Amino acid sequence: MTEEITDVEKINQKLGLLDGVENANVEQFLSFFLDDEEYAVDILRVQEIRCWEGATVIPNSPISVKGVMNLRGTIVPVMDLRLRLGLAEQAYNSLTVVIVLKFITQDGIEKISGVVVDAVADVHSISPEDIQQAPELSSNVNANFVKGLGSSKSGALILLDPDTLLAI
Amino acid sequence: MTVDLSQFYQVFFDESLEGLDAMEAELLRYSEGTQDDESINTIFRAAHSIKGGSGTFGFDSIAGFTHVLETLLDQIRDGQRDITSQHIDLFLQSIDCLREMINALSSGDDSVPESTAQLKAAFEAILNDEVADEGEQSALEAEQITTDSATQAAAIASEAHENTSGWKVTFIPSEDILMTGNEPLYLIQELTELGDHEVELVTEKIPSWSELKPEFCYLRWIVKLYCDCTEQQINEVFEWVADESEIKIEELAATESTKVAAVPALNQQDTASSEAAANEVKSSAPAVTKNADTKAATAKPATKAKQADANSIRVGIDKVDSLINMVGELVITQAMLSQLFEGEMTAQSLTRMKEGLAQLEHNTRDLQESVMRIRMLPISFVFSRFPRLVRDTGQKLGKKIELILQGESTELDKTVMEKISDPLVHLVRNAMDHGLESPEQRLAAGKPEIGKLTLNAYHQGGNVVIEIIDDGKGLDPIKIKNKAISNGLIGENDELSEEQINLLIFEAGFSTAEAVSDLSGRGVGMDVVKSNIQALNGSVDVESVVGKGATFRIRLPLTLAILDGQLIRIGQHVYIIPLVNIIESLQINQNDVSRIGGEYDVLHLRGEYVPIICLADVFLHKSDAQTLTDGLLVVVEVDGGKVGIFVDDLLAQQQVVIKSLEANYNKVEGISGATILGDGTVSLIIDIVSLVRMAGVKNISSHNLVATETHAQGGTA
Repeated sequence: MTEEITDVEKINQKLGLLDGVENANVEQFLSFFLDDEEYAVDILRVQEIRCWEGATVIPNSPISVKGVMNLRGTIVPVMDLRLRLGLAEQAYNSLTVVIVLKFITQDGIEKISGVVVDAVADVHSISPEDIQQAPELSSNVNANFVKGLGSSKSGALILLDPDTLLAI
Repeated sequence: MTVDLSQFYQVFFDESLEGLDAMEAELLRYSEGTQDDESINTIFRAAHSIKGGSGTFGFDSIAGFTHVLETLLDQIRDGQRDITSQHIDLFLQSIDCLREMINALSSGDDSVPESTAQLKAAFEAILNDEVADEGEQSALEAEQITTDSATQAAAIASEAHENTSGWKVTFIPSEDILMTGNEPLYLIQELTELGDHEVELVTEKIPSWSELKPEFCYLRWIVKLYCDCTEQQINEVFEWVADESEIKIEELAATESTKVAAVPALNQQDTASSEAAANEVKSSAPAVTKNADTKAATAKPATKAKQADANSIRVGIDKVDSLINMVGELVITQAMLSQLFEGEMTAQSLTRMKEGLAQLEHNTRDLQESVMRIRMLPISFVFSRFPRLVRDTGQKLGKKIELILQGESTELDKTVMEKISDPLVHLVRNAMDHGLESPEQRLAAGKPEIGKLTLNAYHQGGNVVIEIIDDGKGLDPIKIKNKAISNGLIGENDELSEEQINLLIFEAGFSTAEAVSDLSGRGVGMDVVKSNIQALNGSVDVESVVGKGATFRIRLPLTLAILDGQLIRIGQHVYIIPLVNIIESLQINQNDVSRIGGEYDVLHLRGEYVPIICLADVFLHKSDAQTLTDGLLVVVEVDGGKVGIFVDDLLAQQQVVIKSLEANYNKVEGISGATILGDGTVSLIIDIVSLVRMAGVKNISSHNLVATETHAQGGTA
């Protein structure tokens, strides 16, 4: 659950340290909690992590799109990952954070989008050969979004693909 | 000599393109017969400075090409020959060619378009003809002619040398060359940049150690160049040292060349070279037309390059001056404000501070306006390309067309201008291809033989309006309707007014392959024109009278960056309505509201019926207002009609900086963009046209107001 809460500050620090790290065979993933499950995204796709500060609603948008926020002058959409993955909605609390991710659209344009998650967890180093294909039988997660499965101390790590996840 | 010339490239490109524009304008005046004495000088000067500049920067392809151009221009200027329409065509083609070369160079590509060689050959043929003609003239003039043809022969020779296998350059610098600040090494380096080479150093003149003076240069060089550079290019390298040094330039015999395939040794006789040139011209004639055909294909990379280098802007000095004035004012106000805090705070200083802040606000706004004005350019920047386009297209179509440009000084934001130019070209082409008739048809219809095409620009409110008016045959509503029915755009039995039919040409599904003609098909790509204009927050419509002509009218916002907005509130949501759209805001009197068909409301407003759109319903928000009397109605103008937008409350009016929503998200219906308010939150800007479409209100301007609400909740909140 949330016993491994790392603050936003710490994670951001780790993100900063990563710039110098170059290890060819290990990919690093930032993990976060959603409905007690640990999910992760390629850390190189993570631009920054912010506290939830609200967003301006976009009329007639999909329910998972919470709206747009101001990221130092840039308009960035924010998506509730629980709703995107079809999980139960949960009220935002002090642990709720927005992870700003870079993704590439089908047209090859790089965009950024925020995703709301319950809490950030940790940074994991996983070598590509340890990533397993996700079983086809995923119950409530759209299989397209899942890149594969990794493992962490606490159990399975669901690796998400930002490109499909954030394409609306 | 170590100055990095590449920093000046952009200036050269900009100036050369301007020069070409000037040349083109003057040449077109020739073809219209409105030239004056200065025209040829203007053309010559432009060509000359392009040649000079390109020589300096080492763009030899351009320099070489403009050289022939200049030679012919020089003769015309001196009255040695008259300018003919053939010359004008050739010059115009060369301008296109040079433009292409400059655009290519500015994107770092120094390849030479095929047409260069053909045009060059054509020019040389003209120049050589002259020599031949004069040669046939009487002996009395022989002496003068010899000198004439001698200079020309020299010019031709220097060009013709391009075909030689190479050059042997012997460079013997004067001993004190180093003292004059020249470095022979750089010269050799520059020389070797011309192409393949062999450099031989001659050291035999170095004296014995005791006699050697360290400041003197005893070295000599022999450089063999195996490339097709001209003698002139070599001379240019030594331009600065030619006086004090000995430079021998000899041609390498073809056999001597080891790297270049044998080229027939140059025959310097005029007859031979003119013959060769004439042959070249013969073969080049079809190639030139071919080149024109492929132009459509080559046009794309050219525009791409333009986008890449369109990063500078020329601003009138008055605009900069006014900017400096504003900044001065700002500094004074700031000084005044900070002075207030030096002493004790009193009631008096508080009032002065208020005044100061008001002043600051005023100054900021002025400054902002001045800065915006910097981005504004007269629309003549776009219009200026049309005389040429109309001339060429007219010739191609065999139509006589008079182009009238009006309101050329109307100013428009640079970004808008860049993006409007392609749709405009399309509309103008359309008007020429399909609007205007051939001279015979015109005479038969009792119209003057020469068709009139007018481009008109003017300001209207916060908009710029551009009209493309032709006096041709107009749109054929029956044809359009039939096509729309066959394309399934409308049903067979749909009752449409003529206006509505005409607007069908902007529909996406209207164009069909069979409508594509050589130039354009009226209707082909019109949907693209429309969507391009809409992307600029503009609109386009058409008025047409069969047999009398058609008018396409484009409306564009003055600028894309900033707009005056009215903040409005629905529940907890704050939106912005562009102030230019708003006519008035009022409180609704329930007695004036009629409910039509039990579904939607109209407001009786001073003799007009204004449909009411409830913003909360369209955007699916929860509104505070329970009845129409609880909120406010913002009456906006759209498509020439009026629509009321029902909101909970009006908040402040302020200027907002438009930010793109599409940069990281998608286009949202009813929303044109976003902005960031003073408190850092994001607010969305309402796109009235799209909002009205969403609400399903149609025929706003017609008398029988037909309005349907798309949402089941109906018009009342």
